[in-house]
Amino acid sequence: MRRTIFYILLTLGALIFLYPFFWMVIASLSPENQIGNLTFLPSMLTLSSYKQMLSKIPIGRSFFNSLFVSSIITFGVLVLGSMVGYALSRLEFRGRNLIFYVIIFTMTLPFQITLIPQYILMVKLGWVDTYWALIVPYLMNALGIIMFRQYFKSIPQDLLDAARLDGCGELKIIFKILWPNSVPALVTIGIITFMASWNEVLWPLIVIRNDHLMTMPQLITLFSVGGAAESQLGVKLAAATMLALPIVLAYLFFQKYFIESMASTGIKE
Amino acid sequence: MKTKKYIPYLLVSPYILYFILFVAYPVVFSVILTFNKWNIISPMQYIGIANYKRLFQDAFFLKSITNTIIFLVIHIPLQIIVALFLAEILNQKIRFRGFFRAAFFLPVIVSGVVVTILWQQLYGFETGLLNRVLISLGLGRVGWLVDPSWAMPSIAIMATWKNVGLYIILFLVGLQTVPKIYYEAADLEGANHWQKFKNITLPMINPTIFMVVVLSTIGGFSLFIEPYIMTGGGPLNSTLSAVLYIYKQGFFYYHMGYSATLGLFFALLILSVVAIQKKFIEREK
Repeated sequence: MRRTIFYILLTLGALIFLYPFFWMVIASLSPENQIGNLTFLPSMLTLSSYKQMLSKIPIGRSFFNSLFVSSIITFGVLVLGSMVGYALSRLEFRGRNLIFYVIIFTMTLPFQITLIPQYILMVKLGWVDTYWALIVPYLMNALGIIMFRQYFKSIPQDLLDAARLDGCGELKIIFKILWPNSVPALVTIGIITFMASWNEVLWPLIVIRNDHLMTMPQLITLFSVGGAAESQLGVKLAAATMLALPIVLAYLFFQKYFIESMASTGIKE
Repeated sequence: MKTKKYIPYLLVSPYILYFILFVAYPVVFSVILTFNKWNIISPMQYIGIANYKRLFQDAFFLKSITNTIIFLVIHIPLQIIVALFLAEILNQKIRFRGFFRAAFFLPVIVSGVVVTILWQQLYGFETGLLNRVLISLGLGRVGWLVDPSWAMPSIAIMATWKNVGLYIILFLVGLQTVPKIYYEAADLEGANHWQKFKNITLPMINPTIFMVVVLSTIGGFSLFIEPYIMTGGGPLNSTLSAVLYIYKQGFFYYHMGYSATLGLFFALLILSVVAIQKKFIEREK
């Protein structure tokens, strides 16, 4: 009996979390005049909302921009983060603890304080309306460094000593010895970083004004807020569906990794 | 085996460069900005503490703080209750646990932009799905986003829907660390469900609760895209959030000095609120 109640509650919960997404997809495929009373399926499915959206905004280009920016950021965070994390965990040098505490401190620093001055920095560097502004400020990530440092600590010293005897330099040790033994850390940090930059929207809104350099969430936000969607629900929902699609597809295949990665960042904080 | 002395510094140098450029310099510059008036184009003008004086007479600034408080007062308890409730159920011997977990987690990974555009339609006054459900139940329409007293609570409900999946997982991890023997001992003494929950579960998952409170607080002060898309801060500024106000002062009016003052003040506010929460929850232990 109790078990049955549990299943009913869980199913109800799952419906509350899933049904709105189902509705969004169906509504984006419905004729505009049917969205107002749509609950399950429209009388016919149509791609007209998608066609209209494609004719109004450079969504393909924004998809490329988002993919390009997020990939480079993720690659940068993995490479640079593991270099710093390696030095902090396996090498002895003066100032090591100081740098570690500085990193911890930056993690607690609210972004509200740096938002305006960072924008001014972009203006001074002449980076407004360039990929540089979207990429460079995100190439380092305190959480990534801390997680690499933590993970590298657990790797046996023998492995590193053997590599040194073979004449490996430090970079070779990081990328040839540590990386193959740190796949879970790489996956976790990779997923969190990619998702965070894929979904970032405030910073692009501030530093990018050129349509053709906009990231996907930014372009769709401005499309939805501005007059371009002409308050047509179907077109807005089609844009939202396009934005959700890549991450949801990735989630369907790597669901376990997504959940574990996100949960581990929460636990670390 | 010794490595060359300069090598560690070489490896951490990207971080040092990053820290100077994107953390230290902005923090110092933001403090300087608070004493100046500047629209980026004309030269900076020193105005003493005028920005700070303005801050405490600014009705919009106070409004953005009350709005954030309203958001947090609804969002934090709702989030903890829903997350703990669903986590408790998932922690039982349940089939399809993986499926339910994945379903609850879906909104967490989707962009806030998607969620906001979607919920803007669900909250629609005339034909929005939620009001249609209310009407079919014989109830009246709710002005989710058009009624000033409902708009911020509506955003808080949406934010809970979006984030709660993450906290379900965190609570689930927390619940699984509670040793089974505690419950068995309580069973022997004839404790009921509520007593077990109150005396064993709650104290054990206290750290997780603290984390949820802190993360939600930071989230409340970082609210931006939701009001930006849904309401533009309206109706009657009832959804003007802290970051939306910084954004408006900075990028609508180009008041860089005042905007930086707001940013500095909100940052200090976040840090002190979190410090107080930490004290409070540690005392509860």
